[in-house]
Amino acid sequence: MTEKHNNLINHVIALGDDSMILGQRLSEWCYHAPFLEEDLALANVALDFIGRAQMFYEYASQLEQGKRSADQIAFLRDTRDYRNLLIMELPIGDFAFTMARQFMVDAYNNLYLQQLAKSSDKTLAAIAAKAIKETDYHLRRSQEWVLRLGDGTDESHRRIQKAFDELWGYSAELFAMSEYESALLSKQISVDRSALSAEWKTLVTDTLNQATVKIPSDEWQVTGGREGIHTEHHGHMLAEMQYLQRTYPGVEW
Amino acid sequence: MNKKQKTHTPLFEIFIRSKRGLDHKHVGSLHAEDAEQALEYARDCYTRRSEGVSIWVVNSKDIVASQEEDAASFYDPMEDKPYRHATHYVLPDAIKNM
Repeated sequence: MTEKHNNLINHVIALGDDSMILGQRLSEWCYHAPFLEEDLALANVALDFIGRAQMFYEYASQLEQGKRSADQIAFLRDTRDYRNLLIMELPIGDFAFTMARQFMVDAYNNLYLQQLAKSSDKTLAAIAAKAIKETDYHLRRSQEWVLRLGDGTDESHRRIQKAFDELWGYSAELFAMSEYESALLSKQISVDRSALSAEWKTLVTDTLNQATVKIPSDEWQVTGGREGIHTEHHGHMLAEMQYLQRTYPGVEW
Repeated sequence: MNKKQKTHTPLFEIFIRSKRGLDHKHVGSLHAEDAEQALEYARDCYTRRSEGVSIWVVNSKDIVASQEEDAASFYDPMEDKPYRHATHYVLPDAIKNM
């Protein structure tokens, strides 16, 4: 297999991992959300992400000539083989943390998918075009929650501020290019994420200002997800997520 | 401040138009902070299987309902006035949803 082909597979799997891991995290709210309506809404969003992961994994499986199925890619890899951005894997925390993370990711996806929809790779472009509509809605929801919580009660304000303070260091990685993505730039297959940073910051800063949330300082930042270097939380999460496939290999719904 | 919230957010009645040309129909109710949020929850609770093309949300407290004890004066007088019913028109097969 050529190196270019491997780069593409890594890229597609990384995109699948972003969606899979965040979808799994969101699904942890199912049955635990603050109230029924929000429970359904969160589960809906979780399903959007898991559906998106499935599309990326199916495509990766196809690129591998069926060496592994989409299910095997999702459920039989270890932490070091996962390439999701770190922000996706952080534990759900409280509701404010979940919504702060969601807003940061939705704002990023909103910009990223518009570019991916122009990819010279027809399959990636088609997946992106489908996902844009979902993300518009996700962003509308999470942005509204950030405003509600930030400009809400003393407690909600304190919680959402704390959430952004804890999450801010993970935002730099959203715009840090991996080697395999950079290698695909010249053929316009991948997206130059580093070019999206300024617009993202404007969008997020405007909302935080409106929500009376202080913009955290850029004191620290972490990267490594795209290379398989994860936080301690990733393995615990996989243990739960992959339990069924690992205990009953090949089991089907 | 740390007291658990005991009261619900306001109740909204949800109406969905399932197809262009049809009426909005009452499908249920839900709790939300305001109309905008009610609209989004209605989308997530009632249209996730492509049930609708349009949603109305109405604050439940704005609905004025007729009362059971008014039934005698409200509805009974209509029962012996069959000439008000359009039952003698034959509807063409092509017309549905009437």
